[in-house]
Amino acid sequence: MSSVLQARVELASLPQADAKAFRADLAARLSAGQRLVTLYARRDGDEALVTAVLQQPDGALAVTRATMSAAQGYHELTSDFPALHCFEREMHEQAGLRVAGHPWLKPVRFEGQDQAAMNAYPWYRVKGKEVHEVAVGPIHAGVIEPGSFRFMCHGEQVQHLEIHLGYQHRGVEARLLGKDPRTLTPLVETIAGDTTIAHAWASVAGLETLADVAPGAESQRLRAVMLELERVGMHLAGLSGLAADIGHVQGSTSYGRLRTTAINTSMRLCGSRFGRGAVRPGGVRVDASPERWAELKKNVALLRADLEPINELFTSARTVRHRLAGVGVLSTAQAQALGVVGLAARASGLPLDARRHGGGLWQAAPIEPVTRADGDCQARAHVRLGELDASLAWLARLADDAPPAAAAPLKLGALAPRQLVVSVVEGWRGEVVHALETGPAGELLHYKVQDPSLRNWMGLAIAVRRNEISDFPICNKSFDLSYCGNDL
Amino acid sequence: MSRFKALRVRASQGTQYIPDVRQATPAGHRGRPAISTAPCTDGCKACVDVCPTRAVTLAPLAIDLGRCVFCNLCAEACPPKKIDFTPAVQMAATARDALFVREGDTAALRARAHATFSKLFGRSLKLRQVSAGGCNACELELNAAANVNFDVGRFGIDWVASPRHADALVLTGPLTRTMRDAVRLAWDAMPEPRFLVAVGACTISGGLHEGPASDRAFLDEVGPALYVPGCPPHPLTFVNAVLDLLGAP
Repeated sequence: MSSVLQARVELASLPQADAKAFRADLAARLSAGQRLVTLYARRDGDEALVTAVLQQPDGALAVTRATMSAAQGYHELTSDFPALHCFEREMHEQAGLRVAGHPWLKPVRFEGQDQAAMNAYPWYRVKGKEVHEVAVGPIHAGVIEPGSFRFMCHGEQVQHLEIHLGYQHRGVEARLLGKDPRTLTPLVETIAGDTTIAHAWASVAGLETLADVAPGAESQRLRAVMLELERVGMHLAGLSGLAADIGHVQGSTSYGRLRTTAINTSMRLCGSRFGRGAVRPGGVRVDASPERWAELKKNVALLRADLEPINELFTSARTVRHRLAGVGVLSTAQAQALGVVGLAARASGLPLDARRHGGGLWQAAPIEPVTRADGDCQARAHVRLGELDASLAWLARLADDAPPAAAAPLKLGALAPRQLVVSVVEGWRGEVVHALETGPAGELLHYKVQDPSLRNWMGLAIAVRRNEISDFPICNKSFDLSYCGNDL
Repeated sequence: MSRFKALRVRASQGTQYIPDVRQATPAGHRGRPAISTAPCTDGCKACVDVCPTRAVTLAPLAIDLGRCVFCNLCAEACPPKKIDFTPAVQMAATARDALFVREGDTAALRARAHATFSKLFGRSLKLRQVSAGGCNACELELNAAANVNFDVGRFGIDWVASPRHADALVLTGPLTRTMRDAVRLAWDAMPEPRFLVAVGACTISGGLHEGPASDRAFLDEVGPALYVPGCPPHPLTFVNAVLDLLGAP
């Protein structure tokens, strides 16, 4: 077991449905309670190869595939299953697939275009005498990535927020097909720079499965240590930003400086505060010498001790509670319908967590998902606080054992031909999905990257409804989504 | 009650700032590379082959820090172990062609102080950051430069929200085509005197994201006054680069 939730399919044995059968099957599976993990298309001449990956109630992944005429396509499912909206839009944009009847077939990221094209974005309009609009971006006030927001307001109340992205599009997926995939980990590490480890792990796990190489338990432990340190560092960064947006200065400075401790721990283990270079195909490049391991243990203990009074201050402060509670609510039903994942889903009562089904290390040393029922900004903050505790307790237990033996990464040979491997890693925002498909010579035919942000942006848009514009910064920070992860 | 809680937090926090950012070296950080003069293995070009950004060139062996992403692959591949990424954070330049480390180089690669910059901005420098394809690593590190540890505020350096209030535009990312107009608008909104800072391999050279999705005409037209290499640069690299440019002690 690789500690990564995976599905491997021999393409020769995968039935190729036609458009009608595929649509009916997908609708039936979704109605029966299977959860869509990803849905994407590859253009092949006049045809589009459409792949759907679903998670069954027991956590296992199932893959279905259809070949259809790109010009004819199929009739949309978004109206019945809103979680599909971003995938159907993406398939239309990336593969030129016709998705008949889609309620809002707007570009996801304006691939291959420049900013002039984006200025013609077809915004929704809310009509009425007292209606006004507020446009924000693409450049925002802080040191942060760009994206465009438009608030459609009635008086002080936001009726709808439309989020228009694409400003960060760098052409990552195309570049991943340009070179030997075994050499591309440095590029994968920058798909979303704050999710370096989760993207790198999802990528190398796919390559390792295709090359029939299984890194040992020691490598898995070190990857998991780096993943949890990334989660701790980014949760602290997010809480610091959230506290700053409320004006809770002590929370902001304290969480901010504790992030320094967390990411410096990553740096001591692998040379980079973001975990760059730690995960490599076939293993890890992590210095797990007894001295470094003792530092890990010391720093985790320090973080746990320091967090205790700060969390108490932050969660009990009247200003914080008043600002967060009841603001930016995303109900369980909404989160489920929109296919929201990760910490936002858990804050709306959905216990989604790829670590529960990854097997391997996660089975031997599980981390229980932290959930809250309310779905508001407070719930998302409390999920992050709970996950900090859970990950630090887990790291403390792991650090009690002897450090894993260091080993050079195993060599990866040729990739198996005509395979599809889907890998899901639970990053700090949510599930990171990498799907790799090989051709007849073992060459990569398709590389689909999916950051959790692609799905969660719509969760933010819906959560802001009926709130005031002044609530937007804390709603935005509580979801803490990636722009470049969406724009690729 | 909450006053006691606040005092407890303050007591546990203690003093966090780095007293001397000019001397601080983060142990374990993969920073400025050093290349020894040991002879190469005959005909070997392993370092060139493994580099993901074509940052390494031979005869003499040199690393272009404007392209380097500090992944360590060249150092791992080199049979005589000529390349070593040291923890040193001091590296920056005021000219693109000065961003090279060659075999045998021992001097720190520092931005040259400039009397005009020192006179105009030495006591107060307001920065407007714009990300144009940055992956949020550079952005997080630039944010961190203002936290209680690195605390650039003590030098009169601040991030500001409006380009109208800014003295310098700090760019990150490979300059995506979809941000082309926005970057220009931000620059045009800045009053003179103003200057441009290029942060990270993506902005300086395209780095890992060099390609058709980026449009670098703006950079060619308005040359950066300061280059800060890294992927991402450590906050200390950025702080020291700016202080060097301003001629700070």
